[in-house]
Amino acid sequence: MTDSQTGVGSAKKYSVSELLTNPNEVDLKTLLLLPAMAFMTALFLGGVIMFVSGVDFTNIAFSYRALLVGSVGSVFALSETLVAAAPLIIAGLSVAIGFRSGLFNIGAEGQILTGGMAALAVGFSFPELSIWVHLPLSLLAGAIVGAVWGGIAGWLRAVTGAHEVISTIMLNFIALRLVDFSLKTDFFQKTGRNDPISKSVLDSALLPDLLTWIDPQLRVNAGILIAFLVVFLIGWLLFRTTIGFEFRAVGANPDAARYAGIRIGWTFTATMAVAGALGGLTGGVQVLGVLERASPGFSSGIGFEAIAVALLGRAHPTGVLFAGLLFGALEAGGRQMQVDTNVGIDLITIIQSLVIVFVAAPILIKSLYPFAFREHAK
Amino acid sequence: MEVELRNITKRFGDLVANDEVSLTIQPGKILGLLGENGAGKTTMMNVLYGLYSADGGEIFVDGKPASFASPKDAIAAGIGMVHQHFMLVPVFTVAENVVLGVEPTGALDRLDLKRAREQVRDIGAEYGLEVDPDALIEDIPVGLQQRVEIIKTLFRSAEIVIFDEPTAVLTPQEVKEFFQIVRSLRDAGKGIVFITHKLGEIIELTDHVKVLRGGRVVGEGDPKIMSQVELAELMVGRPVDLVVDKVAANPGKAILEVSGLKVLGEGGDVAVDNVDFDVRAGEIVGIAGVQGNGQTELIEAITGLRSVADGSISFEGEDITHHSPRQVHALRIAHIPEDRQRSGIISDFSIAENMALDSYYEDRYGRGVTLSWPQINAQSAKDVFEFDVRTPTIFNAASTLSGGNQQKLVAARELSREIKLIIASQPTRGIDVGSIEYIHQRIVAARDAGVGALIVSTELDEIMALSDRILVMYRGRIVKEFAGGGSDVTEIGMAMAGVAQ
Ligand SMILES: Nc1ncnc2c1ncn2[C@@H]1O[C@H](COP(=O)(O)OP(=O)(O)OP(=O)(O)O)[C@@H](O)[C@H]1O
Ligand SMILES: [Mg+2]
Repeated sequence: MTDSQTGVGSAKKYSVSELLTNPNEVDLKTLLLLPAMAFMTALFLGGVIMFVSGVDFTNIAFSYRALLVGSVGSVFALSETLVAAAPLIIAGLSVAIGFRSGLFNIGAEGQILTGGMAALAVGFSFPELSIWVHLPLSLLAGAIVGAVWGGIAGWLRAVTGAHEVISTIMLNFIALRLVDFSLKTDFFQKTGRNDPISKSVLDSALLPDLLTWIDPQLRVNAGILIAFLVVFLIGWLLFRTTIGFEFRAVGANPDAARYAGIRIGWTFTATMAVAGALGGLTGGVQVLGVLERASPGFSSGIGFEAIAVALLGRAHPTGVLFAGLLFGALEAGGRQMQVDTNVGIDLITIIQSLVIVFVAAPILIKSLYPFAFREHAK
Repeated sequence: MEVELRNITKRFGDLVANDEVSLTIQPGKILGLLGENGAGKTTMMNVLYGLYSADGGEIFVDGKPASFASPKDAIAAGIGMVHQHFMLVPVFTVAENVVLGVEPTGALDRLDLKRAREQVRDIGAEYGLEVDPDALIEDIPVGLQQRVEIIKTLFRSAEIVIFDEPTAVLTPQEVKEFFQIVRSLRDAGKGIVFITHKLGEIIELTDHVKVLRGGRVVGEGDPKIMSQVELAELMVGRPVDLVVDKVAANPGKAILEVSGLKVLGEGGDVAVDNVDFDVRAGEIVGIAGVQGNGQTELIEAITGLRSVADGSISFEGEDITHHSPRQVHALRIAHIPEDRQRSGIISDFSIAENMALDSYYEDRYGRGVTLSWPQINAQSAKDVFEFDVRTPTIFNAASTLSGGNQQKLVAARELSREIKLIIASQPTRGIDVGSIEYIHQRIVAARDAGVGALIVSTELDEIMALSDRILVMYRGRIVKEFAGGGSDVTEIGMAMAGVAQ
C-alpha cells in the first residue's frame, strides 16, 4: 500500500470494517438533551411569570408540586397523563411525517374530525359484531377517511402546486362544518335529541380500559397501546422501508431525489395520505376511547398541539413519543394545578409555548447551557 | 499587510483536518495551496476567515497576534474570501450586492445607490473587473458573478483575498481573464491565496506553493522551477500518471441513438436543436462546448429528467424518449450529474444513504418495501473504500465530506454497479489529480469492458484525454465531430467558439 493509505488525519484511508463502525450511536442523547433543557428553562420562566403576576414563592412551589403530583404522583395521575398523551403522540407523528417530506401538515385537526366521524359511524352501526372485528374495523375506517382527507392536500400540492399549508387549513374549516352538519342528520344524531350530539359508540367498538380492574376511576385505555404501536410502525416506515427513504429524500433535497428517480408528486400525496391516516386514527382513538360519541369540535385543538409535539420531538418517532408524554403530563398536571391552587391552566399553555420557542431557537438554549453541549459543539 | 498562520490545528471529532500547519501570506505575492481532496485546504482558510475556531495555533497580522471570532472580524481586519459557492442575492443588482451590509448612505441615512454604482465602476476600472453595476445577478454568467464576489471583497478594503477553487466553474476563456485580474490584484500589493487542484494553474499563476496532505504541510517551493509531475507526486504521495493510458477503442454496435432531438430550455427557448448522434458500446464520446450551449438540457433529456419536444432517443433498440429517470436507471445507465451539491447528493443523509440513493429499491437492498441496512452498509463501505472516498465512517453525513470527496461519492455510486452506458457531466470537477486519474481509469476500464460512455465536460483537456470521438456543441447544435486522438486543439476550440468553417 502506498503512503497515502497510511497517513494521518483527514487523508487517512480507513478500512472497510472501520468504515462500518458507527460512532454516532449517542443519537438518543442528542435527541433529548435540547428539549430537556428547553423544558427546564420554560419551567423556570413560568415561575418568573407567576412571580411577576403576583404569586408568592410558596404558591409557585405549591403549583409546581401540584403539576408534578397531578401528572406522575399517583396511579390515577399516570393514567390521566397517558389518556392525554395517546392522541397527542399519534397526531404528533402525523405532523412529524409531513415534516420529514418537507410538508407542513396543519390539517391534523380536520383529519381528526373526519376520521373520528368515520370511526364513530362504524362504531355505532353493526351491533352484531364481536369486538375483535368491530373495533379494528372502526379504527380502520377512521384511518382511511383521514388518509383521504390528508391525501387531498398532498394531491393538490403534487398536481397544482397549491401549498399544503393553505389547503389543510381550508380542509380544517370544511371538516369542522361538516361535523356540525352531520350531527344534525338522522344518521348521526342521537335519536330523540335536538342538540348536535351523536349516537353512542357500541360497546363492541370501544377501546378497552386497561386498569379498571384496579380502580374504575382509571380511564387509561388501549389507545395508549395503539400510540406505542404507531410510534414503532412509523419508525419502521421512515427508516426501514423504501417508502420512508423516499419521504426523507424528498424532504431533505427534492432535486437530488428527482435525479434519483423518486417521483416527487407521488411522494407528496403518499406522505399526506399517511399523515392523514394518523390524524384519522387519532380521531378514532379519541372517539372510541375517551369521548364515546361526537359533539361539535370534538377534536378540541389536539391537531394544533400536535404541531408543537412534532417540533419538540424534532420529527423523530422516539422524540415525538417523549414529547407527547410530556405534553400529556402537562395537561393532566395542569388540571390538578387548577384544582389545588388558584394558578390558572393558562400557565400550562404558556409553558408549552415557551418550550416550543426554545426548541425552535436551539442557539439560545445552547448559549444558556454551554457546558451541556460542549462535547457536541464541533 | 502580511498574515502569518502559525501551527494551526483544527479537529473535527477524532479527525485532524489541520495538523500544526503554518503559512505566510505576503503582500504582492500569490500563494498557491495544493492538496488532494480532504487535505484540509478549505478548513485552513475557514479558520483564517473566522468561520472555524482553531484548536491550536496562532494568527499574526503584520507581526501582531490576532484572533477572528467571526468572518466579520476577519473582514474588518482586511481579509476577503471568495467561496466556491457564491454568496450573492440573485434578484439584486451587481451594485446592490456589492454594497450589501456596508451601504453608502447620504443625508438621513438614505441609501446612496448612485455612489455605490460609481464605486463599483471605480474598482472595476482599477483592477480590470468590468461589470455592469445595474445588471441583475441572475442574468449574468458565472464568470461575471465571480467578479462581483471579488469586487465585494475589494469594496470592503480587503488586503488579503482568498480564492477557494475559483476556476472550477469557469470556461477556459473566463479562466484567462480571471488570471489577469488576480495578477492585477497582486500588482496592487494584495496578498493572494489561491486554492486549486489544477497543477498547470499553480505553475502559471503562483509565486510560491504549499502542498498539504493529511492536514500537514508535506512540501513547498517555487512553482516556476517545479514540474507538474513533481507537484502531483508531492500532493498524492506517489507517482501519478497524468495522461490517461488507453489502447485504441474497439467499438461495437450503437447502443444509444439520438435522432432529430429537440429539447426546450427553462424559459421555453430551444436549448437542443435537431441533434443526431450515437454512442457505441465500448467507446467514449465526449461532448465539448462552452457551458450553456445545451449540454445540460441534452443530458437531462436522455436521462428522463426533461421532456423531449421532438425527435427520439433509443437505447439498445428500445425507444426511451419518454422514459422516467427510474426506467433509464433500470436499463443500467449510470448518470453523474453536473451539479453534485444540488442534485447529486443529499447532504443531510449519511454517506451510506447517499450510496443507495438511486438503487435503494432494488432487490439486492431488501425485500418488498423493507430496506436491508446491513446489505446497504456493507456495499457502501466496499464502494467507498474502493473509490477512495475519504471518511472515517459511512455513517457520517455527506456534508462532512470535502468537496472532492463528495464528487467521488457520486462517481462511486454510479460506477460501482453493473452498467452498460455512462452519462457523465463534469465527472471530475473539483477533484484532485490522484482521483481524476482513478475516475478516468474507471471510465476507460468500463469502456474496455464494452460499456459506452457519453462525457460532457467544459474542460477541453478532459475531453481530449478521454474521448474516442469528440462532438462539439454550440448553441444547441452539434456543429462538428472530431476523432479522439490527435485532433487539433485549436480547431476544436474554434468550433466551441462557434467559428464556422
Ligand atoms: N464540518 C465538518 N465536520 C466534520 N468533518 C469535516 C467538516 N468539514 C471538513 N471536514 C473534514 O475535514 C477534512 C478536510 O476537509 P477540507 O474541506 O478542508 O478539505 P479540502 O482540502 O478543502 O478538500 P477538497 O479539495 O476536496 O475541497 C476532510 O476529511 C473533511 O471530511
Ligand atoms: Mg475544499
